[in-house]
Amino acid sequence: MKQQLMIFLKALFGSCKDLLPIMLVIAFFQFAVLQQPMPNLSDIFVGLILVILGLTFFIYGLEMGLFPIGESMAKAFAQKGSTTWLLIFAFCLGFGTTVAEPALIAVASEAATVAASGGIIGATDIAQNEYANGLRYTVAFAVGLAIVMGVLRILRGWPIQYLILGGYIVVVIMTSFAPTWIIGIAYDSGGVTTSTITVPLVTALGVGLASAIKGRNPMIDGFGLIAFASLTPMIFVMLYGMVLS
Amino acid sequence: MNLLIEFFGILKSTVIDVLPILSIIVIFQLLVIRRPIPDIKQVGFGFFYVLIGLAFFLLGLEKALFPLGKIMAEQLTASEFINAGAVISWTDYTWVYIFAAAIGFSTTIAEPSLIAVALKAEEVSGGGIRANSLRIAVAIGVAIGIALGSYRIVVGHPIHYYIISGYILVVIQTFFCPKIIVPLAYDSGGVTTSTVTVPLVAALGLGLASTIPGRSPLIDGFGLIAFASLFPIIAVMAYAQISQLQTKKLTESENSNAL
Repeated sequence: MKQQLMIFLKALFGSCKDLLPIMLVIAFFQFAVLQQPMPNLSDIFVGLILVILGLTFFIYGLEMGLFPIGESMAKAFAQKGSTTWLLIFAFCLGFGTTVAEPALIAVASEAATVAASGGIIGATDIAQNEYANGLRYTVAFAVGLAIVMGVLRILRGWPIQYLILGGYIVVVIMTSFAPTWIIGIAYDSGGVTTSTITVPLVTALGVGLASAIKGRNPMIDGFGLIAFASLTPMIFVMLYGMVLS
Repeated sequence: MNLLIEFFGILKSTVIDVLPILSIIVIFQLLVIRRPIPDIKQVGFGFFYVLIGLAFFLLGLEKALFPLGKIMAEQLTASEFINAGAVISWTDYTWVYIFAAAIGFSTTIAEPSLIAVALKAEEVSGGGIRANSLRIAVAIGVAIGIALGSYRIVVGHPIHYYIISGYILVVIQTFFCPKIIVPLAYDSGGVTTSTVTVPLVAALGLGLASTIPGRSPLIDGFGLIAFASLFPIIAVMAYAQISQLQTKKLTESENSNAL
């Protein structure tokens, strides 16, 4: 019990240190550059305490729950030896975690509003919803496919650089064909797909797989799943834009 | 009281966000793996802490940091603050670039998913890669990326020139940096931009694009996140290259001392 408390206090101290830079930046710009008083000081104080507590609980739970479950599932799949099931699991994990991702929903609906005001789609709610949903499912499918490719790479031991750099070349080529209004959104969609819960799980899955399979180095083969998940959405969203126009 | 209602609202949406993941895990564990989850009690508590933690975190961000950050981004890009003449020069926006870099660096340090990946990398590398050094390298990358991205919005260059040049740099670095860091470097591009960074950076981009004449939020407002996910890759590989050079120098000087 006492030991647990010590771990928790250490995590709490770490969270304070992690948030110190943001506090300094905001205080500096507010007082020195914009020269304005801090609004709603009590709200900000309560908010900061919540953020610190939240980060502490998150890190604490990460090591207890998310990392172990990701690794134990990876080991179980590796022992079972069924590649098909592993790949299905990989797709579900990628698709399922992305389709409900709040950041993606927010970006998709914002993109729809901007696209409607730019006259690319109709200004009706139905057209905007259709566009936003299309964007969401496109990105979710792309992430599912990315995790499948990433897992396949770990199983086969393919070097990551050829796959990722090849993907970049595809992005560059498609950029010159895709309509201009989709490019910014496409580039951004790569970044928003990987949420705070998906990242630790997927990382633990990759590292767990690479340590369970003989001849794989967890450092070289275990990481890289996130990289795939941020690459494929760019390609598929540009494709979506090309199909629409 | 209001705070409590808000907290449960956010907790509910966090639970809904986690439900698909949880059901996929449970279904595959029961139907495919067909084995009980080891240490199920501990894992359950872990999930519970993660959920509570995320809900607190998001509530706190919405209460304190996001409103303030967004107001500051608006004020810094507003024409009254910029005080530019008839012709806008990119140097009028110096404070915006500094703010972009500072907010990019500081939000990245607090990004939970980056903390997770950094912890894992330290564990897997047996301490060869320090979690904090990795996080600082990534944060420097994000800072440079967002500052450069803001500059791009101000001058109005097409985004793909920057992104494609960045890719070319990544390709060149990939061939020269230690192989062991490459997958981690690629990963760090994706993890930098989540809960904390995206809302603030998006506000900055859209604020800039809507206050500068001739920029469209559709074409110029988006795209800052792309900068924030490209430059950490370059920064992490550069960090590995620099530390490799240092160890090389160290061993060389030791060798010459021995002679």
